[in-house]
Amino acid sequence: MKKIMNEPEKIVDEMLDGLVFTEDSIVERLPGTNVIARTYRSEGKVAVISGGGSGHEPTHAGFVGKGMLAAAVCGPVFTSPAPDQILEAVKHADQGAGVLLVIKNYTGDVMNFEMAEELAAMEDISVDHIIVNDDVAVEDSTYTAGRRGVAGTILVHKIIGGAAEAGLPLKELKTLADQLIPSIKTLAVALSAATVPEVGKPGFELAEDEIEYGIGIHGEPGYRREKIKSSKEMALELIEQLKKNFNWHVGDRYGVLVNGMGATPLMEQYVFINDIQHLLREEQLDIAFKKVGSYMTSLDMAGISLTMIRLKEEQWLKWLQEPVTTIAW
Amino acid sequence: MLTVEKTIRWLNLFGQKVEEKKVYLSELDQAIGDGDHGTNMARGTAAMKTVLEQKAYDTVQDVLKTAGMALLSKIGGASGPLYGSAFIGMAKQAGEGAADVSAILEAGLEGIRKRGNAEAGDKTMVDVWLPAVDAVKNKELSRERIDEWVKATEPMKAKKGRASYLGERSIGHMDPGAVSSGLLFESMIEEGVLDE
Repeated sequence: MKKIMNEPEKIVDEMLDGLVFTEDSIVERLPGTNVIARTYRSEGKVAVISGGGSGHEPTHAGFVGKGMLAAAVCGPVFTSPAPDQILEAVKHADQGAGVLLVIKNYTGDVMNFEMAEELAAMEDISVDHIIVNDDVAVEDSTYTAGRRGVAGTILVHKIIGGAAEAGLPLKELKTLADQLIPSIKTLAVALSAATVPEVGKPGFELAEDEIEYGIGIHGEPGYRREKIKSSKEMALELIEQLKKNFNWHVGDRYGVLVNGMGATPLMEQYVFINDIQHLLREEQLDIAFKKVGSYMTSLDMAGISLTMIRLKEEQWLKWLQEPVTTIAW
Repeated sequence: MLTVEKTIRWLNLFGQKVEEKKVYLSELDQAIGDGDHGTNMARGTAAMKTVLEQKAYDTVQDVLKTAGMALLSKIGGASGPLYGSAFIGMAKQAGEGAADVSAILEAGLEGIRKRGNAEAGDKTMVDVWLPAVDAVKNKELSRERIDEWVKATEPMKAKKGRASYLGERSIGHMDPGAVSSGLLFESMIEEGVLDE
């Protein structure tokens, strides 16, 4: 393992100090916590809070700021933050209109955020939560913890954040999320595994000439392993899987997010979205929103994910396009 | 009967065992999870040890509650809320003064099941807690039996948590949460918590 770090157990703490030093006009760190909050105050509006394990930078702290998240709770690497940390974020961010927690669907995250919600209710703060589960690689939801929350989460942050900034009350935000989340689907392909600093070796093994489809953002296993393919062929596999899940029709309006997993250069991401462009043209879809970059990473994993969002409402597109003041959007 | 002194000795021995088995627990987790169960548990039990040393305790309830809050806030992941809910459940049951061990453990199991919704056979810590609580009730808890329950998770197919994504591939590995729970019950026997 080669990493730019000091003691592995201090890596999140030191990262957050560095982040706040660099971006102090946008965010602050709540003293004694791993909570990154925005310096902007939106009085009387619902505060949208997200968080989870670290190692997915710029998620989640990179999306804290005006128009997106009010705060991000940063857990240890790949490990959910504890309820007391989440509660601190809730208490700080609440502006009287309540708090909406955006949780990625992992057993640990759901339990910790729900416990925090129960604690906040005892302090008379109105809190609700939504669970993002956009990873269509998981088919068998009955006998597993269900579909995972991955890169599509940042589109949820953007649209829900925009709606909160527009002044939607907590109840309406929850209803919006119930419509929105099933309209977002993601699938990834990995070229190599991530190495967790405290573990020191890759989370799984992929041979030099192998790729794996459907892998999660913490190295969760995918659905198929095969020899390395061209960008075109990988794009085709991901598009075909998403097509099966969406059942789209000619002329439907969609948005596309191509996300680098951490160690994949932007050059390769542009090559990949170029192939996606051609494939979607053949499908005759109306692509109204596009975005490329490393937003929901998995430490130093190489790979890419493709997220598509069915833009059912004109307003969703407006919230996606609206300018925000964050580190990473 | 559980006393303040016995409870503290029990929990400290549990912490010591977790620290000793830290690498092993993480290795088990690497096979079917994300490889940090040992690190996370050791962080939690170290915090528990610190708070248990910080002041004098008057009641078993106070010991269990303080330990539970430390585990809840320091373990993280899914194990944090699960162990935290177990200990907070046990604390609620303990009430004031001396307390009945089997009722307390049953409340702990209830806390875990409520939080995680796991059933017997899902390849989780419940697969150790469930028979262990029963055995304590019937005064039959032994090291050998604990080992059996832990090993019995090996052929199971995971239906909860991160291991469930492996499906068939989760078969053939012991559940790390079952192993760490085994250490908790082992410590009870070794510290004489179950003696009359």
